[in-house]
Amino acid sequence: MRKIRVLIGKPGLDGHDRGAKVVARALRDAGMEVIYTGLRQTPAMIAEAALQEDVDVVGLSILSGAHLSLVPRVIEEMEKRGISDIPLFVGGIIPPDDVPKLKAMGVVEVFGPGTPTQTTIDFVRRVVAK
Amino acid sequence: MSGTAPTFVEAALGGDRRALARLLSAVENGTAEGAEALRALYPRTGEAHIVGITGAPGAGKSTLVGKLAREFRRRGKRLAIVAVDPTSPYSGGALLGDRLRMRDLLTDDGVFIRSMASRGHPGGVAAATRDVANVLDAVGYPLILVETVGAGQAQVEIARLAHTVVLVEAPGMGDEIQALKAGLMEIADIIVVNKADNPAARITLQSIRAALGRDRSAGHHGAAPSAKDEEAAGWDIPILQSSAIENRGLAELADAIEAHRAYLQRSGAWENRRRRLARADVEAWLQRHLLALLERRLGGGAVEEAVEAVQRRRLDPITAAGTLLDALLRAEGER
Ligand SMILES: Nc1nc2c(ncn2[C@@H]2O[C@H](COP(=O)(O)OP(=O)(O)O)[C@@H](O)[C@H]2O)c(=O)[nH]1
Ligand SMILES: [Mg+2]
Repeated sequence: MRKIRVLIGKPGLDGHDRGAKVVARALRDAGMEVIYTGLRQTPAMIAEAALQEDVDVVGLSILSGAHLSLVPRVIEEMEKRGISDIPLFVGGIIPPDDVPKLKAMGVVEVFGPGTPTQTTIDFVRRVVAK
Repeated sequence: MSGTAPTFVEAALGGDRRALARLLSAVENGTAEGAEALRALYPRTGEAHIVGITGAPGAGKSTLVGKLAREFRRRGKRLAIVAVDPTSPYSGGALLGDRLRMRDLLTDDGVFIRSMASRGHPGGVAAATRDVANVLDAVGYPLILVETVGAGQAQVEIARLAHTVVLVEAPGMGDEIQALKAGLMEIADIIVVNKADNPAARITLQSIRAALGRDRSAGHHGAAPSAKDEEAAGWDIPILQSSAIENRGLAELADAIEAHRAYLQRSGAWENRRRRLARADVEAWLQRHLLALLERRLGGGAVEEAVEAVQRRRLDPITAAGTLLDALLRAEGER
C-alpha cells in the first residue's frame, strides 16, 4: 500500500506557521502522509528531511518576503543531495512579479494567500501522478 | 523490476542515503522489491541495539529522543530514529510531526531519522516498523531508537520489537501511574520521568517508586526486578529523571541504555530477546504469506467476505478463519 508523502517546510525566520499547518492538515485529511518540520528550518535541514523521508513532493511556506534568496538555497541543498527531481512548490506571500522568477528556478507551482486548500491537494495529486 | 532491488541494496550498503530512504519506502509499502531487499539484507541484521521509547502523548518522547540522540552523537555513536505517529482512521492520512522536536539533529550525517504512520496497525507501531528497523540495522546503524505512537495505554507490542524499552512519564498526566500498574511496568526496562524542570515531577517520581515497591520503607532501592524475563531478575529497573528542554538527565539515560545492553549480554538475556525478535519476524511474514496465498488461491475477496460476515455477526471469527484455512487446504490439495 502506497501513500503520497509530502514534506511541508518553513525556511527562514517567519514568526508563525498557521498557514503551513492549515496546508499540512488539509493534505493529511486528503489521505496523505505529511511530514511537518516546524519553524525556522535551514535549507539544509529541509533538504535532508526530504531525503530521509523519501517524500514525493516538497512544499515550502514563506511569509517573510525572503523567497528569492531562500528558494535557490533549498534547491541547491536538494541538488547537493541528488534529490532535485522531487517537485517543489511554494506557498505564502509572493508578489506576482516573483512567480515567474521562482518558476525559472525550478519551482513547479506557487500558491498565494487564500488559495483554497483543495487547489493544493489537487496539485499534489497531479504532480505525483506524473 | 527485480533488477532494481539489488542495486538499491548495494547502494544503501555503500552509504547512499537516498537509496536507503527508498528501500525503507519499499519495505514500508510491502512491495515485492521491499521483500527482496529484506531477504538480501537480513543476514546482516542482528547487531543493532533496538531501543523502544514509549509513553503517553505529550510526555516529551520526541524531544527526549532528539536530545538523547545528540548525547549518543557526542559519544561518537551513529544512530537511526524511527518515529511512529498515528494514521487518521477517517482519511487514512497522517501528520508526522516528531521531527519538529528533533531539529538540532537534522543535518547531522551520523543520524538518520525516519517518520512512519501507523497505517491502522494497533499497538503503537506500524506493521512494517520491525522491517524498517531491520533495514537500518543491516546498513550499519548500531543503535536504533523507535518512538511509539503513545496512546496513553499499555503498548506492549514495542516489547516484541526492541531489546530495551524506555518508558517516558511526565508530571501532571494523572492516571498514568495507573497505566504503569496496569501493565507498562511489565515491559519497561528503564523508566524516566521527563519534564523534571516541573516541580510536580517529584510527586510523579514518588508514585512510580511506590508502584514499583521502591519507596524507602521497602528497604533498599533495587527491589523491583523486571517481570519480563526470568533472568531479568538481575536487572533493577532504573527510575530516572530528565528535562529534555533543559538538557538534564540525558547522560544518565544514555548510560542506563548502554548498561541495559551490557546487562542483557552478560546475563544471556540478549539471546532471549533476539529470539523474541526473530519470532516476531517469522510470525509477521507467516501471516503476510498466508494472507497472500489465501488471496491467490481463493480470490481477493475471500478474506474481505469473511471480515464482512464477522462484522455482521453472521459468522464468528473462529469459524471464519477455520473455513478460510479449510478452503485453502482443499484448493492446495486439488493442485
Ligand atoms: N517543561 C518541559 N516540557 C517538555 C520537556 N520535554 C518536552 N516538553 C514539551 O512537551 C510537549 C510534547 O513534547 P513531545 O516531544 O512532542 O512529546 P511526545 O508526544 O511524547 O513525543 C512539547 O511542547 C515539548 O516542548 C521537558 O523536559 N520539560
Ligand atoms: Mg512524539
